[in-house]
Amino acid sequence: MLAFAIRRMFQSIIVLLVVGLVAFSMFNFVGDPVDSMLGQERTDADVERVRIQLGLDQPFPVQYYKFLQGAVKGNFGISYRQGRPVSQIIAERLPATLELAFVSAVLAIIFGVALGIFTAIRRNGWAANTIMSLSLIGVSLPTFLIGILLIYIFAVELGWLSSFGRGDVVDLGWWRTGFLTKSGLLAIILPAITLGLYQMTLIMRIVRAEMLEVLRTDYIKFARARGLSKRAVNFGHALKNTMVPVITVTGMQIGSIIAFAIITETVFQWPGVGLLFINAIRFVDIPIMAAYLMLISVMFVSINLIVDLLYFAIDPRLRLDKTKG
Amino acid sequence: MSEILLKIKDLIVEFPTRRGLLRAVDKVSFEISKGEVLGIVGESGAGKSLTGAAIIGLLEPPGRIGGGEIIFDGQRIDNLSDEQMRPLRGKRIAMIFQDPLTSLNPLYRIGEQLVETIQTHLSMDNKQARIRAIELLDEVGIPAPETRIDAYPHQFSGGMRQRVVIALALAGEPDLIIADEPTTALDVSVQAQIISLLKNLCKERGTAIMLITHDMGVIAETADRMAVMYSGQIAEIGKTYDLIRNPKHPYSVGLMGSIPAIKGDVKRLVQIPGSMPRLNNIPKGCSFNPRCEKVFEPCYIKRSPLIDVGNSSVACWLYDEEYKGAKKK
Ligand SMILES: Nc1ncnc2c1ncn2[C@@H]1O[C@H](COP(=O)(O)OP(=O)(O)OP(=O)(O)O)[C@@H](O)[C@H]1O
Ligand code: SF4
Ligand SMILES: [Mg+2]
Repeated sequence: MLAFAIRRMFQSIIVLLVVGLVAFSMFNFVGDPVDSMLGQERTDADVERVRIQLGLDQPFPVQYYKFLQGAVKGNFGISYRQGRPVSQIIAERLPATLELAFVSAVLAIIFGVALGIFTAIRRNGWAANTIMSLSLIGVSLPTFLIGILLIYIFAVELGWLSSFGRGDVVDLGWWRTGFLTKSGLLAIILPAITLGLYQMTLIMRIVRAEMLEVLRTDYIKFARARGLSKRAVNFGHALKNTMVPVITVTGMQIGSIIAFAIITETVFQWPGVGLLFINAIRFVDIPIMAAYLMLISVMFVSINLIVDLLYFAIDPRLRLDKTKG
Repeated sequence: MSEILLKIKDLIVEFPTRRGLLRAVDKVSFEISKGEVLGIVGESGAGKSLTGAAIIGLLEPPGRIGGGEIIFDGQRIDNLSDEQMRPLRGKRIAMIFQDPLTSLNPLYRIGEQLVETIQTHLSMDNKQARIRAIELLDEVGIPAPETRIDAYPHQFSGGMRQRVVIALALAGEPDLIIADEPTTALDVSVQAQIISLLKNLCKERGTAIMLITHDMGVIAETADRMAVMYSGQIAEIGKTYDLIRNPKHPYSVGLMGSIPAIKGDVKRLVQIPGSMPRLNNIPKGCSFNPRCEKVFEPCYIKRSPLIDVGNSSVACWLYDEEYKGAKKK
């Protein structure tokens, strides 16, 4: 297991190096940072000074090495537009995105798994069939449309929930949370549903498919033949086996929840890193774009790593292979 | 001589399909006495597994009981709901499936599966149930059961897993075990051990066995009585000794003939020509008539009832008083 963990870590690092290279290349190939920093009125001396200040005068490999060195320490340089350290800007914005992603993921997992089990156990009931048909909508509607629809119904027509921003926030050290105020909690409902709906339907469909598969296996038949209760069979024996493959997909989905937050944050003007990234693109603020890319890929890679390790926790066949006797 | 434990009367198992009902088990009747071993043989698709599944109430939909009665220990059980049937499963009637590799839940220690089953049927606390589980593992011949109880299924060989499966089936101290080809998936070298283990454990407890198998050798050594099934029906049923020595139904004769003689010269390895009819294409009259060497007129008109001949019962017109003479002339 240790060997496996080390191998996976190694693969993760390679992935991050490649993403780093891509992010870094933007500095050289997308727009000219000096242009966007200095504006129209400038002297050659100004240009030279800024180039040296940004390290743009050095050869490519040296620049890349410095970039990586900085990235490891969380230092991505100075935002071209805001003139402040990128790490500081991201740190301010990250809690909003993480809170949104967290609520979406929890909703997606709880409802996805529960509805998946329900539709599998009651596979021919009308309720299950209705849920399955509705879930097709969840899979096929684009995120921004769902967001706009929800805003129209719950914010514009009914006026129950807010459609804009985070509501009131409270500072807990550097972490700015919306969980502690009523308006903050109300504000997160619509964006969280918008962001998590697709993932929820996906998780539901996968749980259902897996569960149906598992319910057909011999060990479920044998468990029933031993007179175990429905509960023990469905939730003890079937569900745990269903979870093994479901965990991969769920893990991947949590990664994409964070990535897709860009769209939801734009629709709801949610002040997170996704919105920051969209604005950075508009102003070719490359340090922020690069930092965002690195951040997202680190999250993706770590989530995958955790998912792989979860397998070991759940499936003894992987854990104990070497002690076979 | 002994008390009847299970009585099946005219059992029908059918599948509704778009082109009408398919009858996979067609009016099967037999009895099993307490502590008796009844062997069931027949070609693949004869309806053996479905008969077993119907008894324990685990037919997979759309399959269903279409008629007849199943009476277990004096109580009619074919019309019970799943919830009403559940307390009987494992406690009164247990079932063992063909493949021990897939019969155990891979994610739980065998001890957890045993304790769960024991506690479902007997009121024991965790500690008592664990002690009982270790006893059971010991009885089925798992070495070092105190430590092996905490192992996962994949840490056992196929033969050992089938022993665990037997322990699980015995956990509720049932009166009847339906063993559906319990050794087919195992190495030839361990098949005999597993069968004799099952037989001995059941003998000690007075547990009856309905032993479904393709292996005539196993039946010959284990079963008190045996039934030969053909296309969803019982062709012949009687004492194992009689049936093997002196089969009466032309299909049984063919079946016995197809066991290669172990001793002496391999005189005949008869294969019955043709194959069993498909469910949607069962011939009128005796369903064996296309393959039967002895076929004569009545065979095309009506299916023969079970006719008592000596100690056996045979579903063949050859043994009907009315036709006996007719055939001879
Ligand atoms: N869902 C189903 N729909 C239609 N026919 C089915 C279905 N399930 C089983 N059957 C049919 O029922 C018949 C009897 O099946 P069964 O499993 O009882 O045979 P068996 O005697 O146990 O054979 P084997 O020795 O191969 O295990 C087979 O002909 C099979 O095709
Ligand atoms: S009833 Fe006729 S066809 Fe059927 S087994 Fe007897 S002789 Fe053969
Ligand atoms: Mg079968």
